[in-house]
Amino acid sequence: MNDLLAGLGEALRLILTLDGDLIEITLRSLRVTLTALLIACAIGLPLGGALAVWRFRQRRFVIATLNALIALPPVVVGLVVYLLLSRSGPLGVLGLLFTPTAMIVAQVVIITPLVASIAHQALRDLWAVYHDLLISMNATRWQRVTTLLIDGRRALLTAALAGFGRAIGEVGAIMIVGGNIDGATRVLTTAIALETGRGDFALALGLGLVLIGLSLTVSWTSHWIMRTERRGTW
Amino acid sequence: MVAALPLRLAGATLRRRGKRLVGPIDLEIGARGVTAVIGPNGSGKTSLLRMMHGLQRPAEGRVQWALPQAQARTRQAYVFQQPIALRRTVLANLAYPLRLHGMSRSDARRQAEAQAARFDLTDKLSQSAPSLSGGEMQRLALARALITAPEILFADEPCAALDGRAMREIETRLIEASRQTRLIIATHDMGQARRIASDVVFLLHGRVHETGPAEAFFDVPGTPEARAFLKGDIVE
Repeated sequence: MNDLLAGLGEALRLILTLDGDLIEITLRSLRVTLTALLIACAIGLPLGGALAVWRFRQRRFVIATLNALIALPPVVVGLVVYLLLSRSGPLGVLGLLFTPTAMIVAQVVIITPLVASIAHQALRDLWAVYHDLLISMNATRWQRVTTLLIDGRRALLTAALAGFGRAIGEVGAIMIVGGNIDGATRVLTTAIALETGRGDFALALGLGLVLIGLSLTVSWTSHWIMRTERRGTW
Repeated sequence: MVAALPLRLAGATLRRRGKRLVGPIDLEIGARGVTAVIGPNGSGKTSLLRMMHGLQRPAEGRVQWALPQAQARTRQAYVFQQPIALRRTVLANLAYPLRLHGMSRSDARRQAEAQAARFDLTDKLSQSAPSLSGGEMQRLALARALITAPEILFADEPCAALDGRAMREIETRLIEASRQTRLIIATHDMGQARRIASDVVFLLHGRVHETGPAEAFFDVPGTPEARAFLKGDIVE
């Protein structure tokens, strides 16, 4: 209980004093996660739409695989990305290991299946409504997908938020490929892990509260921007 | 412009999972007029319209337009029994088919506004389409279907869920549209068929039971089943 209260106090102190390290770490967390999310959405949302519209032979297999990839253990993703980017790995020449870029790569791998799968489920339902009309109007496949993406944008917000939540709270993979280097690759989650290990529970908890506050703020803001639950149910 | 009509069906049969929905149908749809497809529930009216429009491919037989299928498809429009509203504004719904065909945003907008004026939807333009009432939504569906000036319009029970006034509005517009557009309308409402049809296709058990000019059909039906159906008896 004492630790919790101390954590709360520490969190308040960090935020109110605009602690330099805290701000730096928080901004890096946001930058890494939002970049990864942007890339994951650019891949995952059209993929989800295409899987809703396209009928091809291996469709069920692809969808099942996608759903399985959601449960991909981040630590293993981190390990594989580490091996690919390490000095002796195939992409070693790029020198990306222990940089924020490596962390972004790992997060993209982790959240793209999640974003694509949620997008697919939402757009499949919308496609069931639109199917006859769009076929009747001779919309091309690409037009069908873009129509679903535009009209299903609120459901896609959920997909993006789920991806954001997974990425911002992820620690295993980015710890491995980022290395938790102070001032270079330290982010909120890796800092929490470090402080907990060092026994500085108050600071760890303070960082944790900042992390939760960050998630809430992003969720509120995006809902407010999209005006979900205000005009109609969609 | 080369016409897509006449449309010829030869032994066209539609099946789903081995079950025959409609057919085999032999039928010719000529260049002019309003065809009412009538018959009891489950006689295959919707299936026939969907097959003619190309939403479903016949398992056997042929559905042949005077143009290649791909070209003929661009000359048709379809109004569904349950109107499908895109989750956009009324304006965006009207502009949608034009935008699909590559029309510029401003041109599409202008035409959509003109079409809205013709269909009494001007004050709804910025409203979201799914929030319209049933009658307004069906009017929007019809306006949207006609905005590309199709050669053929299929309408599946366009007034099924509408009350008297909304029904009359739709019928008036259908009759107006029939001056330029070949109409094929599925209906279970014999009053409506009498009011707007120039010829009739009477379906029973998925087959064309009787067909001919509307006037003759309603005056002197040629078969006992058609006679019973028009009298309002239950035809099985």
